[in-house]
Amino acid sequence: MTCVLLLAGLSIAVSGDASAATTIPAVAEAGAGIGESADGSQRAAIAAPKLSRADYPNIGMSSRSIVWILAQMHLFFAAFVLAVPLFVLVIEWIGVYTGDERYDDMAHEFMKISMTAYSITALFGGTLAFALFLLYPQFMTYMMHVFDSQVLVYAFLFFAESGFLYLYYYSWYRWRYGNAKWVHLTLGLMLNVVGTTLLLLANAWATFMMAPTGVDSAGVVTGGIWEIMRGPLWNPINLHRFLANIAFGGAVIGAYAAYNFLASTDRAARAHYDWMGYTANFIAILAFLPLPFAGYWLMAEIYAYSQQMGITAMGGILAWLFIVQAVLIGTILLAGNYYLWSGMSRSEGSKRYTWLIKYIAVVLVACFLVWVTPHTLIISADEMKLMGGSHHSILGPLGIMPAKNIAVNLMLIFTFLSFQLFRRADKQVTVSWAGFGNALMVCIYVVAIVNVIFAGIYYGYFTNTVYKVGSSVMQVVSTLVVIIAGVTIDTMMFKGAKKLPSEWGKVSNRAQYALFALPIAFTWLMALMGYVRSSVRTHWHVYTVMKDNSPDNYIPAIGHAGNMMTIVTLLFLLCVLFIFWISSLGDSRQPGPALIKAGET
Amino acid sequence: MNRSGFRRIRLQRGSILLRVALFSVALTLVFTLVANMLPQVEGEVPEETEIDLAGLTMDDFIALGEGLFSGKGTCTLCHNNLGRAPDILQLNMDEISRQRLADERYRGKASNTEEYLRESMLDPGIYVVRGYGKKGTNDSESPMPAVDVAPILLNPLEIDAVIAFMQAKDGNEVSVSLPSAMPPAPAGQADSAPSPAVETVAADSPAALLRKYACSACHSIADSVSPVGPDLNGIGDRLDRAQISESIIDPNATIAEGFAAGMMPDTFAAQMTVRELNILVDYLASQKAGQ
Repeated sequence: MTCVLLLAGLSIAVSGDASAATTIPAVAEAGAGIGESADGSQRAAIAAPKLSRADYPNIGMSSRSIVWILAQMHLFFAAFVLAVPLFVLVIEWIGVYTGDERYDDMAHEFMKISMTAYSITALFGGTLAFALFLLYPQFMTYMMHVFDSQVLVYAFLFFAESGFLYLYYYSWYRWRYGNAKWVHLTLGLMLNVVGTTLLLLANAWATFMMAPTGVDSAGVVTGGIWEIMRGPLWNPINLHRFLANIAFGGAVIGAYAAYNFLASTDRAARAHYDWMGYTANFIAILAFLPLPFAGYWLMAEIYAYSQQMGITAMGGILAWLFIVQAVLIGTILLAGNYYLWSGMSRSEGSKRYTWLIKYIAVVLVACFLVWVTPHTLIISADEMKLMGGSHHSILGPLGIMPAKNIAVNLMLIFTFLSFQLFRRADKQVTVSWAGFGNALMVCIYVVAIVNVIFAGIYYGYFTNTVYKVGSSVMQVVSTLVVIIAGVTIDTMMFKGAKKLPSEWGKVSNRAQYALFALPIAFTWLMALMGYVRSSVRTHWHVYTVMKDNSPDNYIPAIGHAGNMMTIVTLLFLLCVLFIFWISSLGDSRQPGPALIKAGET
Repeated sequence: MNRSGFRRIRLQRGSILLRVALFSVALTLVFTLVANMLPQVEGEVPEETEIDLAGLTMDDFIALGEGLFSGKGTCTLCHNNLGRAPDILQLNMDEISRQRLADERYRGKASNTEEYLRESMLDPGIYVVRGYGKKGTNDSESPMPAVDVAPILLNPLEIDAVIAFMQAKDGNEVSVSLPSAMPPAPAGQADSAPSPAVETVAADSPAALLRKYACSACHSIADSVSPVGPDLNGIGDRLDRAQISESIIDPNATIAEGFAAGMMPDTFAAQMTVRELNILVDYLASQKAGQ
């Protein structure tokens, strides 16, 4: 299983056309020769090639579409196989810590699913690499020149990743108890260290294309590999992808559990998969909650690097797709909340909190509607006359960022409230200061909600632009305070709490569809965000350094992009179903002829 | 379990799989529908404008500047009514420029509107309008990129066109002069693909026009010798300006002695601009014997 993992960093929004392959007209103005980079190494002074349309090979199909699909498929699977071992290690450790072997078995089952996905990741990675070298040869040559031997380090790490993965999976039951378990856990740790390093290396390719560093304006390498890698967007992308991968991995595992829950008739199996589904959903939502903040950091860094690039993403041609993003994130939050509310039915103790659900639902739906409200609409003159202006008097103000910031923060706060109620549902608090703890929690909620709304309205509508941006930090901090305070207070308050009767498997079939909605929305969302990230480079392969002169060097309209996202999402789902089937195939055994005959008689 | 039991389980699993697949496709299609319901706008790549310098009027030049302002220059990305940068289109930039030059915070070298506008595009940090500086710099750094470097890459001619538009949009006098030649591509940024604008380089000089319309392929003129058409050396003695003009626009109206009709293309009237024709006629009329 050789190949290239996460090559997708290089991909999307590159494309191709016409005949004659040419050599790179790549000698820098300073003259061909050897230059010394900042780290003292000697590198040939080669500028980024300046390509004409004829330099892009034409195979009769849109090169961009080919690369787009392959890159996205590779990214989906890479995200999944890098994320699963991260939370598997944590679950395995919880199993050791609590002495509950169910955790250990569940962690192993998670790994079993990711093993098949690992092969598919490599297959798409290899195909993507071939496609890129075939369709964008000069671009790839330039990237290989810039990143130089770093790509070999990447390849080596992939071998290491494979080695640790196989050792970790196949030694699971061999090294399960005593000191051997710690050896096994160490293997898991090493697997994740290598996997995360792979992620960071591949991210450097993508962020170099967006905000190149370590090269001059002509693309000649002037810095060492470290300078090239640590561009201004590298760490924000690293964090964003790290969290998003975990959320995505959790969601896919949740779908596996949901499918098996629905397909099982055995009570014990349903209980097992219900528990697995809950755990996967917990992982997905937990990793998802801080994602908007990581996204905020990324956008802030993009604006700091180039206001033009930031506005292209948020206020320019790409701004419309944030309406689609709102629909997707709204779907994720509504599905996540619905699953939690349904899951509360496992315990009789949940009756204490069910009255709150309808209010949470109202807030979530209202916030969702605000979030999807567009600011500008394409309207006729008559419609404009009827509205009394280009913007509706009520909907106009709801379409701008301050309103959406209020909406998204309230959605996160109320989702946390659902989670907190779910966690409390099967427990009876026993500490003497329970009243005070609850009052404090309510106070924190009220203050945070008031703060989010006040900051959004006052700074968003009654001050100038500079304060608008600052106010969103205030809102984010309020949301984080609720989450951190909630976890802290509940941990202390429910220590030694009385456990109320709760039954795994006692959840509606309908709730399982929420677990399918999550990975579908996550997959589409990842594709959408990849489209944005790639499109902000506009007509540049490497922003400001290497122009894209291919026939597909324009930003495609959101409808076309949406169709592409649907194609990759459905393809991914098809592959995921194949993985689920393969995973279950290994556990099934055909009954012998004698057994069947006995059964018939 | 007997054979029918296995079959029942398989059917049940198949039914679940089908339902899950239908649910997945339906949800995916909802997202697709939303994406297709939104306004469909493609991000176009700025194209090099073909500029016919010979026939360029000031109105054309101002229009070019306006197109650059909202197109290749990407100025409207920030300079709009959303408060990200001063809304230039709503401001009288002539007045504003004079105010800024008089401001004590101004650190540049410009002394008039034209120079100020050029300076503000090439080095936006020289004067940062209050409230529009980079966050945390107390308006000492501008978030605006210089327009002559990547990714915007306006050339000097295009910068002049934007200045002309800035001056003209509020009825102020345009101080920039019309360009006489295409500027060279910025160092390190010239594409290997031929730029359409390069085709018109120096098309307003007689030599360039003779070359552009390949006159010397048939006519002897200056250092070039060709017997196919009449010798143009000394043509100023033989024909007046009107006749020279006619022989270019309608070459078969009068045929020079010893030459056949239909030899010279009659397409120049459609190809040449009035200015080009005037330059060429002036030049040929000045070709006197003994020069």
